[in-house]
Amino acid sequence: MLLLVSLVTFGIFFWLPKLAGQTTDQIAAGYVGKAPTQQAIEDTKERLGLDDPVVVQYADYLKAIIVGKDFKAGPVTDHCPAPCLGYSYRSSQPVLETLLDRAPATLSLAVGAAVIWLVGGITVGVISALRRGTLWDRMAMIVALSGVSLPIYFTGLVSLALFSYSIPIFPGGGSYTSITENPVQWFQALVLPWVTLAFLYAAMYARLTRAGMLETMNEDYIRTARAKGLPEKTVVTKHALRASLTPIMTVFGLDLGLLLGGAVLTESTFGIPGLGRLAIDSIRSGDLPMVLGVTLITSTSIVVINLIVDLLYAIVDPRVRLA
Amino acid sequence: MTGTAPAADTAGTGEAPTAFLEVRDLKIHFPTDDGLVKSVDGLSFQLERGRTLGIVGESGSGKSVTSLGILGLHNKRNANVSGEIWLDGKELVGASQSEVRRLRGRDMAMIFQDPLSSMHPFYTVGQQIIEAYRVHNDVSKQVARKHAIDMLGKVGIPRPDQRVDDYPHQFSGGMRQRAMIAMALSCDPELLIADEPTTALDVTVQAQILDLIRDLQQEFNSAVIMITHDLGVVAELADDILVMYAGRAVEQASVDATFHRPLHPYTWGLLGSMPRLDRDRSERLLPITGSPPSLINVPSGCAFHPRCPYRDLNEGKSETKRPELVEVEPGHKAACHLPLGRRREIWTDEIRPKL
Amino acid sequence: MSTSKTPAEKVSVDKAPAGEPRPIREGENLLEVENLGKHFPVTAGLLRRQVAAVKAVDGVSFSVRKGETLGLVGESGCGKSTTGRMIMRLLDPSFGKITFEGQDITKMSQRRLRPLRRDLQMIFQDPYSSLNPRKTVGAIVGAPFRLQNLEAEQGVKKAVQEILELVGLNPEHYNRYPHEFSGGQRQRIGIARTLALKPKLIIADEPVSALDVSVQAQVVNLLEDLQDELDLTYVVIAHDLSVVRHISDRVAVMYLGKIVELADRTDLYERPMHPYTNALLSAVPIPDPAQRGERKRIRLQGDVPSPLDPPPACRFHTRCWKAQDICKQVEPPLVELSPGHQAACHFPENTTVSATDAVAKAAVAPGAAAAGDAGSASAADSAE
Repeated sequence: MLLLVSLVTFGIFFWLPKLAGQTTDQIAAGYVGKAPTQQAIEDTKERLGLDDPVVVQYADYLKAIIVGKDFKAGPVTDHCPAPCLGYSYRSSQPVLETLLDRAPATLSLAVGAAVIWLVGGITVGVISALRRGTLWDRMAMIVALSGVSLPIYFTGLVSLALFSYSIPIFPGGGSYTSITENPVQWFQALVLPWVTLAFLYAAMYARLTRAGMLETMNEDYIRTARAKGLPEKTVVTKHALRASLTPIMTVFGLDLGLLLGGAVLTESTFGIPGLGRLAIDSIRSGDLPMVLGVTLITSTSIVVINLIVDLLYAIVDPRVRLA
Repeated sequence: MTGTAPAADTAGTGEAPTAFLEVRDLKIHFPTDDGLVKSVDGLSFQLERGRTLGIVGESGSGKSVTSLGILGLHNKRNANVSGEIWLDGKELVGASQSEVRRLRGRDMAMIFQDPLSSMHPFYTVGQQIIEAYRVHNDVSKQVARKHAIDMLGKVGIPRPDQRVDDYPHQFSGGMRQRAMIAMALSCDPELLIADEPTTALDVTVQAQILDLIRDLQQEFNSAVIMITHDLGVVAELADDILVMYAGRAVEQASVDATFHRPLHPYTWGLLGSMPRLDRDRSERLLPITGSPPSLINVPSGCAFHPRCPYRDLNEGKSETKRPELVEVEPGHKAACHLPLGRRREIWTDEIRPKL
Repeated sequence: MSTSKTPAEKVSVDKAPAGEPRPIREGENLLEVENLGKHFPVTAGLLRRQVAAVKAVDGVSFSVRKGETLGLVGESGCGKSTTGRMIMRLLDPSFGKITFEGQDITKMSQRRLRPLRRDLQMIFQDPYSSLNPRKTVGAIVGAPFRLQNLEAEQGVKKAVQEILELVGLNPEHYNRYPHEFSGGQRQRIGIARTLALKPKLIIADEPVSALDVSVQAQVVNLLEDLQDELDLTYVVIAHDLSVVRHISDRVAVMYLGKIVELADRTDLYERPMHPYTNALLSAVPIPDPAQRGERKRIRLQGDVPSPLDPPPACRFHTRCWKAQDICKQVEPPLVELSPGHQAACHFPENTTVSATDAVAKAAVAPGAAAAGDAGSASAADSAE
């Protein structure tokens, strides 16, 4: 799996500058800053190893992650301890530090939204399945359909317009505060982004849950559970829901992993300084190490979360344990 | 009018019967887009404790829907149910769902055809039996677990104290059905309904399970309804037999009468259709022509008439008038237009010699 | 590249080892199966190493005479269906030899098998899933003609309608779809499809077990009528002993991948030698309440063991009430204990000789050099 992550990284490492149509001179010039001299450009190329073959650069990069790296800037030597992801071409800040700085915002957004959409989506899905064909079911599925089809920047802006600017219940965009600084503000600032992001996913999960429940409720073992005389509530939660949750778990692993790499649209719409915005900004300015850092975080979180999901799967479904 | 109604006409009076289980004029209809599916269309029977009733029929005869209806397990959203079901003095069709639910598992229990799909794959066998026991008995988990182990031992599972923690997929087919039986009997129900309990099993395992059901019935003195398409199974187990066709009973008699003096052409057809190991091999089987009817489009008159070789002997009544299930001999009912004497003749002269 | 060969070379290369199919007369062996086996590997780990094998079929031998019906019975997991599929070459055998019409088809390439597919057909259990729901009956039954590029004399449609009539379906239903038919009629469509090319051998895998009792009898009768009319040879695979007795001339009983008994129908059902056959017969419920409690009852303990790890020597010894030490050590061979009646048991019933005695005798008779003392030693040797 680490192999997978590094391969993904490598692919981007190799292709991004080429796709951007930049020469190494241009990259180095961008890094040096205003009015670059030819000497400064050469120094920079030397320092960052930009003229080395791609494979060597990649090896350097991997090595830096594992053992750290020394950057020589004239007489001064900066030691970047492992895991070293390099320095931003733009701000000259260490990439890792920037990532760690931005991660809490994304984490708050993703986890908070995930809780809302899981609870909301599954509840709506279960109720819809149990009341199949009723007005409730049809309304819920229409809302779910709109949730899936409306883009975040639309629902996000509408919710901002309604609940922040027209009726100022929640603060506007760009008001994110760290939880350690001011938990109340943190919460207030995140309510709208959470709900907006969760709406999209909840809609999807409601449909998934409904389909899964409808299938499970027709299983023979549900009939057995009823034949035992279990109350309907137990039949639904303990027997039907548990069996319907396994496919949802798989999808959830993928979704959460992706979100942890940054919810680009949501973060942009609400001005949250998370990984998604960092990625956008870095791509725009050709800040290769930063882009790589975000990519690495995204792939790692997807892989790790899927590993956790696989382990959970074995706990939930005893038949998997033998395989 | 004399004012005394014949005993058979107690149906619909709403009076509590003396029999342990009595079903009166039960109808279970499902409206669908294609039309009204009359799965069960006017079924009546009685069953006492300690007795076994075999319900025999082909697919679509309504035998499984009947059993689900008694337990209140049919799809309630789209079913129209009428008639009466009396279990030990309590009427079930008009009872509230929660009342029926409390009876399920405690007073009446059910075993299903496919034990693998009928057990929840994510819970251990023990957990599922414990759950069944604890719904109706206010006991601690430890007590329930001990009871589950006892039950598993009783149905013949070796090392029950260890197997109790296995999952259903770790059991073999026969063991799973034993576990299902243990689960069904965990609350000592007085009525046990077994819906094709051995159809999915191998023949040597089938024999074990049938023995087990017979032994447990003697021990618990419960009433058993055995639903099957296999005449051999009911011949081994049942005291009385109900033959169903297109949602109605066509013949109802003791097991001896059903096999030795059947009085309905459909029963003759069933007996002639099956190759038998206890007879010399016949050159040809005597099948019933055609296929079981669709329950949406039940044939007019006698539902069996399109497949009945004797339909022309009734001066057109077969096609127009539905024969009622009437007592033709003490304890022997049949629904057929053929004159009784003629039927006895056909059985003795034409059918029996060829079986 | 095979295309570089001239057609002539190819034919000679392909045909040489197998031999020409030769015409088979009534009563001669149409199909011969020798020591046929199928082991399915069980793999584990990242490298997919083989850790075990499911011995689904483990060396069965039998022959089928032209015009007769051989029944293969046994419980689930005994390998009867796998055997049928290997004969059809739907599965490749792990070892053994299949000879059809005197021609070795064990390793024949699928291309060379194609003409043989006309002669070898299969009827499946489930009439619901084995018919393509989007094709008309005419297309389903006519498909074999197109696959084999055959032109029927008066056109495919006419030929298909004749077959439909033959199996008792209305020829006017040519353009209907499978869902418009009942279960029994669908099985008739399945049978019609196999008959399209006038096959010689039909393997019927549980042909009636998914059908209602009254319809089962119709299909059983149909199969028998077709056999008489079209001079067919059947291998009928089924778990229902009553159906097998009715339809078969000879019956082979399988247990855990082996044939334990093979005999004429009457012999097998009236004088079963193998305890397993006996137990099977005694387990069949009899539709006669008068016989309740009258019959001899043999109840086997437990379920069939896993074919992944079958018991050593005689595979039945774990459930057999007659088992003794020798059954756990020496595998009894399948030998003829009375004319036409083979059984693999150390302590057979309904006979005076045991398998070991018979083998000892057989070893004495032809062997002048090897077989000297017919004692326990030679019995143990020949059993291996």
